[in-house]
Amino acid sequence: MTDRLILGIESSCDETGVGIVRLGPDGALELLADQVASSVEEHARFGGVVPEVASRAHLEAMVPTMRRAVEEAGVELSDVDAIAVTAGPGLAGALLVGVSAAKAYAAALGKPLYGVNHLAGHVAADTLQHGPLPARCVALLVSGGHSQLLLVEGLAEKITELGSTVDDAAGEAYDKVARLLDLPYPGGPPIDRLAKTGDGCAIAFPRGLTGPRDAKYDFSFSGLKTSVARWVERRERAGEEVPLADVAASFQEAVADVLTAKAIRACQDLGVDTLVISGGVAANSRLSGLAAERCAAAGIELRVPRPRLCTDNGAMIAALGAHLVAAGAPPSPLDLSTVPGLPVGTVQLF
Amino acid sequence: MLALDTATPAVTAGVVDLTEDGARLLAQRVTVNAKAHGELLTPHLAEALAEAGHALSDLDAVVCGSGPGPFTGLRVGLVTAAALGQVLNRPVYPVPTPDAIALDARTGAPLLVATDARRKEVYWAAYDAAGRRTDGPHVDRPADVPAKLPAVAHAAGEGARIYADVLGLPVVDAVYPSPTSLVAAAAEELLAKARPAALTPLYLRRPDAVEPTGRKRVTR
Ligand SMILES: [Zn+2]
Repeated sequence: MTDRLILGIESSCDETGVGIVRLGPDGALELLADQVASSVEEHARFGGVVPEVASRAHLEAMVPTMRRAVEEAGVELSDVDAIAVTAGPGLAGALLVGVSAAKAYAAALGKPLYGVNHLAGHVAADTLQHGPLPARCVALLVSGGHSQLLLVEGLAEKITELGSTVDDAAGEAYDKVARLLDLPYPGGPPIDRLAKTGDGCAIAFPRGLTGPRDAKYDFSFSGLKTSVARWVERRERAGEEVPLADVAASFQEAVADVLTAKAIRACQDLGVDTLVISGGVAANSRLSGLAAERCAAAGIELRVPRPRLCTDNGAMIAALGAHLVAAGAPPSPLDLSTVPGLPVGTVQLF
Repeated sequence: MLALDTATPAVTAGVVDLTEDGARLLAQRVTVNAKAHGELLTPHLAEALAEAGHALSDLDAVVCGSGPGPFTGLRVGLVTAAALGQVLNRPVYPVPTPDAIALDARTGAPLLVATDARRKEVYWAAYDAAGRRTDGPHVDRPADVPAKLPAVAHAAGEGARIYADVLGLPVVDAVYPSPTSLVAAAAEELLAKARPAALTPLYLRRPDAVEPTGRKRVTR
């Protein structure tokens, strides 16, 4: 068998992504193109993603992003062998633009379509950098839209959700705390920068759902966010100066502590020796730093893809599509639906 | 020509033969289901082409209704048309959707086309006796349309039917844009192989979004 080119289209939130991956006869993946157009700046003044603004931006960006991806890969669209697209979970209107486009590309090229799960795509992204996953691994997905702990027993075969956030996603908590501290949106990078000059042990913010009777693998960040707000407001009311760097560092410490503690506990409970961390928040320096420390101490191999692969992109969808093609999965039908609330266990949609 | 429209509850795809003598329908697939644009449009266009005995590569151009229409569905047609045009290397011509409905109505008299904009509003445009657009498209509450409307004899489109009592105009039987009229509305440009206009949807409304004022208080 010869090489196959897999195209991936992502439009579940505010990034329009198109990636192209070469799937070798031995199953090896080579990333040929990874183009992303982001509407994040258009959402900044609203302090969060506005679905209609994102959908409009996807429509404008789809064809130009596709053109850039094909150019970057140095191929023709007609060379593409299969098309994978995010069918869920995500924003309904945003997903619809990508899936509609993917169907048209598949029909016009006469090539099979694979409607795939965005969350599984985040895990697949790591295989572009670190090669095939072991038979079993635990994946921690953290971004503005998701905070999930998964047991991955084959990307194309079986992904089980161990736990997820019961309220805000980790990235959402970052955005809300950033606003509280008058930092720009999205909140992750400015808090991370500010935290480096502060003391993470200065304020003991609560660690959600870490009591003995709490769900072992679920997360909660809403209480943490409220507690940061109360702390800041108490200081202000008392006319005292707010030590912004200490607040940022202590908040970040609480988030990183809970995420890594639960992820490592899952690895240990399940007898898994590999942890993958992906999603936009994976780029956070304290999260990756603390995860590295704790994984080393526990004898767990830590895999974190480079930041560009962690955030939403088409390459991760192409990678997941390639795994499905390699596993001999049948294509999705052209009347495929989008499923905004697609559960993580459904890797491909029919 | 391939004609697509998703600006109304109809999921519309048709293959149309266009000559100097006019536009002639070869095959079409239309389903009225406001929630199924994303699912059905590509299967519909593939089936219409198969029935017409043509491949996508036989097409000379794609015509797509550019709205106005409820946003989510509207984008399905436009992104589908844009992607097809890119792969096939064929021009894609946007056509305001009410222009096609006006041609379908063929009343020979001045006409109002009103489509359902949801939220108790209509998208509307006015046409002269020759079917040329003289006003619009706009978005308004039905009760506000008569005062803004030039003199017309009839009304067409789903909005005309839903709000017939408010608009007070006799309703003609042209509800959704037909593939033939979508092509006919762009016939001059298509035959002249003119450079197509930008494939921009007619949204007419701004996105619902509120800018936060000051810092968000999480506590009282
Ligand atoms: Zn994501």
